[in-house]
Amino acid sequence: MTFQASRRGFLAGTGAAALIVGFSPTGVLAAGQTHARFNPFVTIAPDGTVTVIVKHFEMGQGTTTGLTTLVAEELDADWETIKVAFAPSDNNRYANLAFGAQGTGGSTAIANSFQQYRKAGAAARELLVKAAAEAWGVVPGEIEVERGQLRTGDKSAHFGHFTEAAGKMAPSEEPALKDPSEFKLIGDGRLPRYDSVAKTTGKARFATDVKVPGMVTVVVLRMPRFGGTLTSFDASGAEGMPGYLGAKALPNGAGVAVFAKDTWSAIQARGAIVAEWDLSAAENRDSDEIMADHLALLEQPQHQARKDGDMAATDAAIAAAAKVVEVDYTFPFLAHAPMEPLTCVIEPTATGVKVHDGSQFPAMTHPTVAAILGLDPSQVEIETVYAGGSFGRRATPTSDYQAEAAMAFALLGGETPVKLVWTREDDLAGGYYRPMAAHRVRLGLDGEGKLVGWDHRIAAKSILKGTPFESMLVHNGIDDTSVEGVADTYYAIPALSVGLSDAESPVPVLWWRSVGHTHTAYVMETMIDQAAEAAGEDPVAFRLDLLAGDDPDRLRLSGVLRLAAEKAGWGSALPEGRGRGVAVHKSFNSYVAQVIEVALEEGSVRIERVTCAVDCGLPVNPDVIKAQMEGGIGYGLGAVMRNEITLTEGEVDQWNFPDYEPLRIADIGRIDVHIVPSREAPTGVGEPGVPPAGPALANAIRAAGGQRVTHLPMVKSGVEFA
Amino acid sequence: MALKLKVNGETRRVAAEPGTPLLWVIRDELDLTGTKFGCGVASCGACTVLVDGYATRSCQTYLEDVEGAEITTIEGVEGPVVAAVQEAWQELDVVQCGYCQSGQIMSAISLLNEVPKPTDADIDAGMSGNACRCATYQRIRAAIHHAAAKAEG
Repeated sequence: MTFQASRRGFLAGTGAAALIVGFSPTGVLAAGQTHARFNPFVTIAPDGTVTVIVKHFEMGQGTTTGLTTLVAEELDADWETIKVAFAPSDNNRYANLAFGAQGTGGSTAIANSFQQYRKAGAAARELLVKAAAEAWGVVPGEIEVERGQLRTGDKSAHFGHFTEAAGKMAPSEEPALKDPSEFKLIGDGRLPRYDSVAKTTGKARFATDVKVPGMVTVVVLRMPRFGGTLTSFDASGAEGMPGYLGAKALPNGAGVAVFAKDTWSAIQARGAIVAEWDLSAAENRDSDEIMADHLALLEQPQHQARKDGDMAATDAAIAAAAKVVEVDYTFPFLAHAPMEPLTCVIEPTATGVKVHDGSQFPAMTHPTVAAILGLDPSQVEIETVYAGGSFGRRATPTSDYQAEAAMAFALLGGETPVKLVWTREDDLAGGYYRPMAAHRVRLGLDGEGKLVGWDHRIAAKSILKGTPFESMLVHNGIDDTSVEGVADTYYAIPALSVGLSDAESPVPVLWWRSVGHTHTAYVMETMIDQAAEAAGEDPVAFRLDLLAGDDPDRLRLSGVLRLAAEKAGWGSALPEGRGRGVAVHKSFNSYVAQVIEVALEEGSVRIERVTCAVDCGLPVNPDVIKAQMEGGIGYGLGAVMRNEITLTEGEVDQWNFPDYEPLRIADIGRIDVHIVPSREAPTGVGEPGVPPAGPALANAIRAAGGQRVTHLPMVKSGVEFA
Repeated sequence: MALKLKVNGETRRVAAEPGTPLLWVIRDELDLTGTKFGCGVASCGACTVLVDGYATRSCQTYLEDVEGAEITTIEGVEGPVVAAVQEAWQELDVVQCGYCQSGQIMSAISLLNEVPKPTDADIDAGMSGNACRCATYQRIRAAIHHAAAKAEG
């Protein structure tokens, strides 16, 4: 348990007790010397050490810094000595307030924690001040708090001196929070990341680094096509191989668990095992055939995703248009490919099991593991460790890899600790991709270049249908994640119809950093550019016209658009062969505009400069926001430039990084990020940097004299990158 | 089979089979887990260690080929260039998920040992084998320039 550290601190202290502040299961602030009846959000040990209990996992997006900042700000704790412990898996107590269940996703970590973590910090401060005031015989208002020290007159002491007394007091229901003008840490762009030192010295602990006594390693020989089933296997080739311990069929028929004493032995042994599969229900098509089916689905949309959408009226409006532009777009499957391939460890405990995992969605993994092992959920613990990236991959509706680990653990009798390891090959062929998607847009402009109608059709496999998330995010048959970014566009587009068809395939699909916006923003923002071109208008001016008015979303979108354009020198002359492209998009309640400048030399594109403006409400950690924009831009660009997962007769063609080439250091020039000052509630930053990057690049390539890329990845459309 | 490896200045006896990649000996047998597995095909650089001072992909380096060589992992690096690199990485808050960063830092140390004042082009050439899916590249480039300035004093 992550709490043992703080408990030990309590026991090994001066005999005084720790102060623990958190919330009751109903959300009421609570404090005490033990966390038996409520869940701690912050503990303060008798030596003064402040530990923040972080309910979200850290995949690089900066939650350990962000949530800690919120507590430290209100508590006036010392940033240099503050500690983080990841919360245990407990759905009631550590729920993401945006989901009502414990999990990280949708760029919600700061947004849902902002008030909660500040309140915990403020309550702890209030109690410490009260205890100090009593001890020193002054009123609380006479006590100042700074960097973990309480002070009045010539008296001064660190937090630890008052934890015991403070732990006996009850916090007020609504402790006073600071006015933003009083913030010292929130908004400080120089605040160092919490995890920087551990991650630059090799000390940060990821699931792949967990080793427990007696642990064996398991790799899985998986079905070669999605939807296949294991019929038999022959492990005789692995017998006698060094370190090989045995192989067993997974009970769900998805593969063979191969056990060995270490990772290399397991990988080697797996290579010597031969399996037979029943592929009758599997995806046996080529990806080109699957795409052809998507395109065919565009003819007759199954659903209308706009409340006011009317295809016939849109048709009529376009029929009367002076100019019509019609374009088809295709988007491939994409793998998330986090740097740390999927892995977790399960070990037996006195009462059940403990899972060591970079756990993105404990609310799913916890009951899944319990059910597989026939345990009561109370017998399962999840210890969250750093995750080596995720981009959504570690949160699946089936808890796929954690379930594999649990099955493998059970196959060994439930007493031997098991470490499940995926290789990069497993990762790329392992499914849960960004869905393949096809779009068809037909738009009409009148004689003055104004939009008169927009017929938008999308075909993609639903991410959510048939999963436990269906009831939350599927409405009237429409999976919001298939149409987000189009159906809810803020552009003033008359006669807009958004048709959706669900493609069917056994290939499992999943949210991939920014989910539906990965394809919808690309289409919207390149189509708007085409519309501007057809209208003979400047792309920024054309967008601003469609975003006119005082609707708050439009104001914030046009705000970031103007800022990015200004900072990028939009409209200033460029040398021959250079071009600028722009895109602006709202996702996860944040507003991002990007201008990309490219050079087109001898047929080859070079990304020279990216200028980004973001409005994410009150910026909590400005440098983390910048980092997330930089990373989101890189993640989005790398994918549109050259990434795709393709299938030949149902089998994944890509093998490893050489044919799923990640963005490299030389691929991209300077990125400048500008944050809009704001006191609005903070919103997401992990994903919103991604959606505008692809279309801004596409628009820049066009502006530089290149083609309009409508079939991704760009390299497949013949674009070459320097 | 037992082999002797010199890792981080210490001679370690290891029991792995010939043909075993150095990466797995370092991680699974010697428990030096700062060096990471990312691809196994020398394509991402997460497994980078120094062999006689040069950045080397340990996932494609066989055990028997480095017997007698000086192997250094992130846990064992030291000296003014190393300190400059790690400080620069921390001052610029390069890391995100952090998984590739041991490898990035090992490559940066090797680069600066060879080219004390690298240009952007030198950095691109020296670091192109290290992938970062979080795309921290801009900060890596800046941190290497910063470290070069620091190491120069």
